[in-house]
Parts: sequence; structure tokens; C-alpha cells
Amino acid sequence: MGGVSDALGANFVTAQLDKVVNWARRSSVFPMSFGLACCAIEMMATTMPRHDLARFGMEAFRASPRQADLMIVAGRVSQKMAPILRQIYDQMTEPKWVISMGACASTSGVFNNYALVQGVDQIVPVDVYVPGCPPRPEMLIDGIMVLHERIMRGEYDAGRNTDDVWVPSPYADQAEGTVHA
Amino acid sequence: MALPEILTGMKVVIRNVFRKKDTVSYPEVRRQPFPRFRGRHVLDRHEDGLEKCIGCELCAGVCPADAILVVGAENTPEARFSPGERYAQIYQINYLRCIFCGLCVEACPTEALLMSTEYEISGISRDGLIFTKDQLIVDAPIERHWKTKKVVEPGSRLEGVTGGPQNRADSKKKVIEP
Repeated sequence: MGGVSDALGANFVTAQLDKVVNWARRSSVFPMSFGLACCAIEMMATTMPRHDLARFGMEAFRASPRQADLMIVAGRVSQKMAPILRQIYDQMTEPKWVISMGACASTSGVFNNYALVQGVDQIVPVDVYVPGCPPRPEMLIDGIMVLHERIMRGEYDAGRNTDDVWVPSPYADQAEGTVHA
Repeated sequence: MALPEILTGMKVVIRNVFRKKDTVSYPEVRRQPFPRFRGRHVLDRHEDGLEKCIGCELCAGVCPADAILVVGAENTPEARFSPGERYAQIYQINYLRCIFCGLCVEACPTEALLMSTEYEISGISRDGLIFTKDQLIVDAPIERHWKTKKVVEPGSRLEGVTGGPQNRADSKKKVIEP
């Protein structure tokens, strides 16, 4: 599951070391500042004293993708922004995670049109979806808690597995377009 | 030379050391949202256990984000789900599309759809955030924290006024014909 037992083979030493590594990764997730719209305001509010992301070691929003390992896509992603978002995601160092914050980033919400990417999971693998328009800071922290659980389980490449791809429901005509891994 | 400036700055720091902490330790301490906070939806029931939803699809029609899917079906004497003719066979809300505007709640003619103050609904897949009827419907009727009818107290200036749209239409007429 984790990085150490993948590299050195799974035994009782690497399994315990994985737990320590995952705990360290969980405790200092550095987010990318990728605010695209109004969700970014709530993302900023989450770092403010009232909600204080520093409690989870996340207060440093990095402007450089090389220093970040979590991309919080906060806001609507336009077709023009999509290749830039993908490029910045590729520039981030492994292991990396993506939180799709709000209705626009997740499915484009009310903006069902040609100008916007219908869900950021069409261009990057998303680990946690946070609903809301925009989500209040507690909702984002709740999403971060879900992400922490995933990191503790060592699922840092979960979104890229082909078995983890979103499968259209029987009412696919009501739902969104196709999703790539 | 710079001592007064340092002291001025440290005064702010020291003052804030003794202030009450502003941080709410969220996952452990949860602030209760206001009663009218628009969170996750719930589907209400009548006192006798029948569903209030009649499958009219008004909520799905009014939804600006196309987040609601309702498929209605006819009630039969053998399988009765709601008091009227029809009930919602399939009721789904896609929380990744929902913008929590509350238009569906306003549109609902039977007050079946309500919004709770629950907001912790993050998920790890698109499928998992499409809530079905089983997840939305409640087991017992919801107790309202608001009054559905306004009670005019005796002695108030509204006493004796037979309000409503009828009166408003009359007053409009007066303005039109001078």
C-alpha cells in the first residue's frame, strides 16, 4: 500500500515504517494555493484563526507546485485553465493528492456549459470531493479529515487506479459526462 | 531608537496572549449552525408513516443545477407509500451538483423536502455523493422549529384584519381607479 513496502517488499519492518511515514505525511500536508473562484474565499477563511488549518500542519499554502503535495481545486475550472491545472499537478512532487472543493470543481454545478470543465476529475485524479456552494470552512476541514484517513491508509495513488474510476449509474443521462482515471 | 516601535508591536502580541482563543477546534468541537442553515436535505413523513413526497417533480424542475432526479409511480391499494395518487419511486439528490440554494424546499407543495443543518458530507467518489431516497427519508415526522401559521394575538393592531391576497388585490384596485 504505502511507499516503503512497495519499494523494499512487505514485511513487518516496512509495514511499521509505512505507518510512521503515513503519519508524517498526514501531519504536514502542504496545500497548493489554487483558488479559482468564490470557493477560494472559504479556503482562505479556513486558514484564518477561527478555523486555523495550522492545527493540522497545513497553514503554509505554497505558491510553488514543487513545494506542495495537496491541490485544493477551489472553484470552477474553465477549459482554458484546464491544461494549466494539469501542468501544475504534474509539477507537484509525489506523493500528491487532490481535493475537489465545491460543486463547480466537482461537477461544474450550475454551470452546465461549454466554457467549463464538467468536473475536475476529468483532468486530474481526485481523492476527496467536498460538496457545497461554496462549502463552509467546516465542510472543507471535514474533507481534509477524509483525506487524512486516506493518507493514513496509504492511498496516495488511489485515484489513479483504474478500478477506482467512477462508474456511471443507471441514470447516467441525468448525471455528468465520462470520467477518466 | 527602535525600542518604542518594538514595544508598540509587542503590546499587541501580549494583549492577544491574554485574550480568549478564537479558534474552534472543529472536528472535536462543532458549532451548531443556525436553525435556518441550508444543509443536507431530508424527506419528511406524515404522522401515520406515509411519505409526504407525492412525486410531482417540482423540486427537480426548479433545481438550477439539475441535481435532483425524481421518478414517480402510481400508488396502489396493495402498495401505498403516500396519501395521494402518486409517490416518488426513485428520489436522488446529487450532492456534487447541489448548490444548497433551497429552491427545491420552496417549491415543494407538501413540505416533504426540508433541509437539515447537517453539512459533513464529503466523499471519495462521485457515486457515493448521489444520495438515494433511503438515505434522505426520515423514520419519524420532523418537528418544525417554525410556525406554519401566523397567530394574531388579541389586542394587536392586526386583530380583525382579514389579511391575505384578497385584501392586497383590493388595495391595488383603489390605486388604479382614482
